[in-house]
Order: sequence, then C-alpha cells, then structure tokens
Amino acid sequence: MSWINLSALWKIVVFGLIAGAGLPALFAGGLYSLSQGPRRGRVATAGADGGADSEVLVGGSVLGMALAAIAFLIVLAAIGWGIYEVYQIGHPPVKK
Amino acid sequence: MLVLVVITALCFDFTNGFHDTGNAMATSIATGALGPRTAVAISGALNFVGAFLSLAVAATIASGLVDTKVVTLTVVAAGLAGGIIWNLVTWLFGIPSSSSHALIGGVIGSVIAASGGSAVLWHGLVSKVILPAVFSPVIAGLVAATGTWLLYRISRSMTDGARKHGFRIGQIGSACMVSLAHGTNDAQKTMGVITLALIANGTLAAKSNAPIWVIVCCALAISAGTYIGGWRVIRTLGKGLVEIEAPQGMAAESASAAVILLSSSFGYSLSTTHVATGSIIGTGLGKKGAEVRWNVAGRMATAWVFTLPCAALVGAAAEALAHGIGGTLGVVVDLVLLAALAGFIYYRSRGNKVDPSNVNAEWTGGVTPPQPAETLAA
Repeated sequence: MSWINLSALWKIVVFGLIAGAGLPALFAGGLYSLSQGPRRGRVATAGADGGADSEVLVGGSVLGMALAAIAFLIVLAAIGWGIYEVYQIGHPPVKK
Repeated sequence: MLVLVVITALCFDFTNGFHDTGNAMATSIATGALGPRTAVAISGALNFVGAFLSLAVAATIASGLVDTKVVTLTVVAAGLAGGIIWNLVTWLFGIPSSSSHALIGGVIGSVIAASGGSAVLWHGLVSKVILPAVFSPVIAGLVAATGTWLLYRISRSMTDGARKHGFRIGQIGSACMVSLAHGTNDAQKTMGVITLALIANGTLAAKSNAPIWVIVCCALAISAGTYIGGWRVIRTLGKGLVEIEAPQGMAAESASAAVILLSSSFGYSLSTTHVATGSIIGTGLGKKGAEVRWNVAGRMATAWVFTLPCAALVGAAAEALAHGIGGTLGVVVDLVLLAALAGFIYYRSRGNKVDPSNVNAEWTGGVTPPQPAETLAA
C-alpha cells in the first residue's frame, strides 16, 4: 500500500497534457488554417448580422478549410474515444 | 429513516450542483460565449449524462473511506448535514470551495463522533482524497498554462475578431466536456453516500455498486441544482480570479475536463472546484500580461484547507446531537435545524443577490456587484 499511486499520477499528467492542452492546440491550428485565404483580415461590416466577426472566421482557402476540417475531426474523434474509454473503465464487469 | 437520509443526500446533491455550475460554465459566461441561462441549462443536461458515465468514484466513497460496519443511518444523515451547511455558507460568500470535501468531511466527522478515529480508513482518505486535492489544482494549472500558451502562440497571426469568434465556439465544446466530467465525479459522491446508507441499513451488501434508481435520482438532483445555478460562485470564478478571454477560457476548460475525467476513471474523488480554480489560475499565468488576483486565490485556498475539518466538525456536532436525542427523532431534529439554517442563509442571500443579470458586472473587489445596498464584507 503506497500513499501515492505514482503510475496514476504520471498518467494523469501526461494524458492531461495531451488531451487538455494538445486538443485545444489542434483546434487552434484548425482555426488558424480556416482563417487563411483571400478573405483573411477583411474587416467585417458593422451590423451585418449578430456576430460582427463571423465573416472573418473563414478565410476562403480550400486547402485551409480542408486542413481545418481534418483538425476538427481529429479533435471530435479524440473526445468521443476518450468518453468511450472512461465509460469502459468506469463500468467494471459486475462480480457476483 | 432511510427515506429521510436519502432525501437529505439528494438535497446535498442539489447544493453540490448549484455550487459547482461555476466550475464548468463560469469562463464561458465570463467571455460571453454562452448566455448565462443557456449555459446552466446545457450544463445541467450534461451533468445528467455524466452521472451515468463512470461509477468509479461512487465506489471509492461507498467503501474506501470509512469502515462500513460502523456506519449507521444516523451517522450518514449527520455527515450530510455537515456537508450541506458548509456548502451553503461558502456559497453565501461566493467561495468556490469543494463540495466533495464538504461531504467527505461531514461523513468522516460524524463517523469519528460515533465510533472514534479507528473507523476511518485513513489510508484511503489520504491517498484518494487529500493527496489528489493537493496535486489536482497544480496539474490542472500546468495543463491550462501550457494550453493557453499554445493557443495564443498558434493563433497570434489571426485577427482579433476571428480569434474571439472561433475560440468562443471551442469554448462551448470544452465547457460541455467539463459539465460531463463534473457528472462523472460529483454526482458520484452522493451516489456513494446513498449506497453507504443502503449498506448501513442492510438493504445492500457491503462493497455493492450503486443501484440504478440511486444513479437516476442523483443525476436528476445534480442537474436540477446545476440548472438553478450558483451565480455567486460563477461570478467569483469567472470575474474574480483573472480577466478571461475566449482562448483562455477554452484552455482552462479543456484542462479541467481532461484532468477530472482522467481522475474519475482512476476512482479519485477529486474536487472539480479545485481543478477548475487551478486551471483558471494557470490560464492567467500562461498568458503574458494577464493578471491573477492572488488575494482572491488566497482566500479560496484558505477556504479549501478549512473545508474538510469544518465540515467534519459540523458533521460531528450533528452526530452528537442526533445521538444524544436518539433514534429517528434525533435525525429529525438535525434535519429541522438544517432546514432552518438553510432558510436563514437563503434569506441573507436575498439582500445582495447575484443572478444572471449582474453576474458579469465589473469586479470591484467583492462577490456582489456594486449596488445601493450594503455589500457583503469580503
């Protein structure tokens, strides 16, 4: 019986960094590539719709959009997989 | 008697829900990614889902902390009373203290009062509750600081508008994950306690898992509490600690969600509150020029240290009282006192209300936004 479960601590730090900082970074990368293209930096006309910034978000580059789509999909897949794993671990087979 | 205890436990779950809405949604509300009411509604629903996701923490609480042989229904009721009272008092002051520690402290206090320190599984307490409480905010802060740094680094050439818009969307996703994670950790605690009560009553065998009706009731109670929304705590977390921008909000929430979910699956009943606070401070450290209000953080940390022992004291007192009177009547007297105190605290809170309309008002040093009435001494 040890007081600190070092292997669990280690896993929480590493997976925490991957999931907690890595995935948002990937999302940021997706946003970045999405914003590339001819329309980049165009100033949104005030009052176009509710979100005055919405036009600036999509830069219009096809490559950028494709990369962004891949990045977003990876993020979503990782989240789905993570939830599935947690479910698996959290429901151990019932011992009778 | 059992019914009384279960109801008290569900009340605790409810206070847990509204105390902790802030952990998940404070940053989204602060950056304007979600409207306050939408935020709490989504959070409530996801808490419900999360409660079903993992049962590891419930198992820890039910069998890993105290000797189930000495636990009686009176002890559980007294412990819950301790937890609820501490939760309400900290809520009044807008301090995001740990509901988990309040509950665990209350139960441990009443167990000690009932049958002495030997009935507490100290090893389980230290390794599954106290050490995670120390480590988790630090890990969460580290992850959040790293995340914040990466997000600003990657998005630095984007226009401010695009960045804000994009990360607000990301924030909604990450906030949802936190709510889900909260369900996997916090809803479990009440399930564990009710399971403990059922074991004490002889309804369930020792080391049993929570029955399905317990899971459903707890899930409902915590989502209802979440939906009501602890606006005071939301305000402290969202505005009091750090002024938060959308990328920081997303970094903080992702860090919280990841750390909570991971710990839940290891059966660590860590405090979502501590994690969220650690993340928010981390995100303040990860961005150049951001200012962390250390005095607010310090006040919180003080409250954290006191949570476990104070809740334990209240739990012990409640146990002594219930035991002194004896039987079901003792428990009823406890609960009536509890209800009276809850009513008084609610009454006090009306005087300087924090609700969706002023939750984001400029931080001027106190929990309650400036208003003509006297402000709560901080």
